[in-house]
Amino acid sequence: MSDARNALMREGGPAAPLLAVAGIEKSFPGVRALSGVSFEVAPGEVHALLGENGAGKSTLIKIISGVYRPDAGTIHLDGRPLRLDSPDDARRAGIATIYQELLLFRDLTVAENVFMGHAPRGRGGRLDWKAMAAKTEALLATLEIVDLAPSRVVGSLSVGNRQRVEILRALSQDAQLLIMDEPTAALTEYDVTRLFDIVRRLKSRGVGIIYISHRMDEIFQLADRVTVLRDGAQVGTRRVAETSSAELVQMMVGRQIESLFPKVAVAVGAPVLEVRDLVRRPMTRRISLTVRAGEILGLAGLVGSGRSELARTIFGVTPAESGEILVSGEPVQIRAPSRARALGIAYVPEDRATQGLVRPMNVRENFSLASLARVARFGFIDSAAETRLAETGVARFRVRAGSLDQVVGRLSGGNQQKIVLGKWLANQPKLLILDEPTRGIDVGAKAEIHRLMCELAAQGLAILMISSELPEVLGMSDRVLVMREGRLVAEFSRAEATPEAVGAAMMGSQGADAGRAA
Amino acid sequence: MSTIVVSRLRPGEGGALRLFASQEALLAFAIVGIAILVGLYNPRFLATRNLGDIVLGNAYIAVAAIGMSMVIVSGNIDISVGSLIGVLATISGSLAVAGVPIILVWLTPLMVGILVMMLQGAVIAYLRIPAIVVTLGMLSILKGGLISVTGGRWITDLPQSFHLADIELFGILPMPVLIMVAATILAALWMRYSASGRAIFATGGNAEAARLCGVSPRRTVVMVFALHGLFAGIAALLFATQLKVIQSTVPPNLELTVITAAVVGGVSILGGVGTVVGSTLAAVLIAEIASALVFINVSPYWIHAVQGGLILVTVVADILRRQRRQVGE
Repeated sequence: MSDARNALMREGGPAAPLLAVAGIEKSFPGVRALSGVSFEVAPGEVHALLGENGAGKSTLIKIISGVYRPDAGTIHLDGRPLRLDSPDDARRAGIATIYQELLLFRDLTVAENVFMGHAPRGRGGRLDWKAMAAKTEALLATLEIVDLAPSRVVGSLSVGNRQRVEILRALSQDAQLLIMDEPTAALTEYDVTRLFDIVRRLKSRGVGIIYISHRMDEIFQLADRVTVLRDGAQVGTRRVAETSSAELVQMMVGRQIESLFPKVAVAVGAPVLEVRDLVRRPMTRRISLTVRAGEILGLAGLVGSGRSELARTIFGVTPAESGEILVSGEPVQIRAPSRARALGIAYVPEDRATQGLVRPMNVRENFSLASLARVARFGFIDSAAETRLAETGVARFRVRAGSLDQVVGRLSGGNQQKIVLGKWLANQPKLLILDEPTRGIDVGAKAEIHRLMCELAAQGLAILMISSELPEVLGMSDRVLVMREGRLVAEFSRAEATPEAVGAAMMGSQGADAGRAA
Repeated sequence: MSTIVVSRLRPGEGGALRLFASQEALLAFAIVGIAILVGLYNPRFLATRNLGDIVLGNAYIAVAAIGMSMVIVSGNIDISVGSLIGVLATISGSLAVAGVPIILVWLTPLMVGILVMMLQGAVIAYLRIPAIVVTLGMLSILKGGLISVTGGRWITDLPQSFHLADIELFGILPMPVLIMVAATILAALWMRYSASGRAIFATGGNAEAARLCGVSPRRTVVMVFALHGLFAGIAALLFATQLKVIQSTVPPNLELTVITAAVVGGVSILGGVGTVVGSTLAAVLIAEIASALVFINVSPYWIHAVQGGLILVTVVADILRRQRRQVGE
């Protein structure tokens, strides 16, 4: 009987959902992660999941991809009930997941990665390399990707190309449902465009896509429907055509956000950092710039344009080969991060997990790590001073943690980022270098970090901000510099910095270099 | 979902509960529990002399495990320590027999230990060669060198003043036990409360983040190995002075026993986590089990199997704890 009904549903046209998730509940010890979440994905639909960090998106996709088992609720794929006991069950049912951290084998080739675990076999069970290469070529052709050879080693590919390899991998397994967890978080604008192109292709083939992103504009460009989660509960599902970003933001945070960028005008003071003809090959080529007290200087550019490398050179991680650095007008040599720290420079790195936090350490210890000298006497840490420091930071940044003794690896991305920031500000720097300060964190935490940046600038801190999000660069900066291929190619005042002008300079389009002043 | 902003919580809160769940408490319970069980089976096990011998004869392992714990917490490993202890013991004994002033007899192994380990630490930190490779090389050099130089002869006729174990504080506390306890407490306090101690945890937990915070992971690793060398030197002295002769070999797999003590004591093999109180308790526990086997008529050779079992249980428990923690995310 149920077979008949399934057949009926399959013939029922676009209304029959590919995936139907109903009444999903999931609790972890002490935490109710999901309560009664239900939504559907139609074939060829892009269904966005939206919510602050900790809202339950990750738990939900882990349930759909077989990593966690739900406490209650059902999952139907193509009308059939699914019981997912392992990620492998999900894979065989036709559900593929592309996580933020790409799961690829760096030392293997594109083709080997695509067919890992289900390689075409020849006689006697040996691997059929020719078939593997040919099938990879065929997959590349269906997506009209021409610049990716099956024999390339994955470790040598850009992030965007690695992601394409993951997508190919999903397609090679005939995935009907593709789950993408913040696929654009680490991509350049150009790669984002190409990713969207691929997503639209998959859509037209009838693949259902669950798309998780913090970027509102992507959802409006790409998604058909959007389901909003808050604190593990489903706030609602909307057709994208019938909603607005203001409504979605309000659904997510449960409150109205006045303005995404609370930029306030601040009197700009004396130069804090001056860099002259700084060189560190290959990515820092004769860079000259000045950041002043109270100023937020935005550094725009594509991923790989040399912005992070410049920051790391200024901070002494990869010391400069030639050129001058002046801090508060004094020429200085910065050959190690400890020297930069002593000069009052703080650097909040791009990648929290690998560069920002010591995950096995607790909140208190992470907060004090950059200011041990300030809380230590004769080489010994004053516990009371350390606790005060951490408490101040937790309160100032509204960190949501169970206690100061909580291990930071267990906190959400936004809270982790607040701790990285707080750690550096505890050291009372004069210059703050922020590398992608709000990547991958939710709207609420983002707004708090932006508010804080303005506050700090108002107190006279000089801020050098690297960001790949154009709205953030334009919304927060007093001045915008654009880097391309290791050089500064343009400078814009706040008034001149339009998305079109800055975007063109980043991409190296014609006429963009005309914006170069000074 | 803990959405409350908690700034008022003190670090000590929930401390009592954690104390009972900690590795140290588990080990202490195990030590007492085994003593009671074996004592019920064979009361001679509980004789003061036997219990004293257990601690006295293995204090050097506990002291070596202190340094080893620091090395593993910093994200490294050292498998040369067993051979180094053998070499240092022989150096010390030879000097004693040669009639060198006793202070030099005691200080020389410490200095040599520090130098050898610092050299290894420098190679590991600055040339970025994995610790297991560097210390494996050193293990062979030291082991081979010792046998070649001594020809396998034992050192005898050691002067009376050489024997640390005969020195007793207040007439009851033998020097080796005193040294073990004092070294453990000092090292534990230093690791917990000093900026340098914190640097070890930061380096082992995330060397890149530590570096960006102005902590030098390289210098930290060299410092850790230097300290490890110091503790190896002390361990060598305790080992050399406990018997009337010094063999030119050390107990087989000594380095593995030392590593076992560190790991069973709660030091994460992945780095970044661990205490030296745990490693000392674990060293005592292992020694206690070895002795208990004799008293319950089990071949003492089973101690290796027991050690192996302890390591596996501890590591599995550690991994399970980590997994449970991550689920909360």
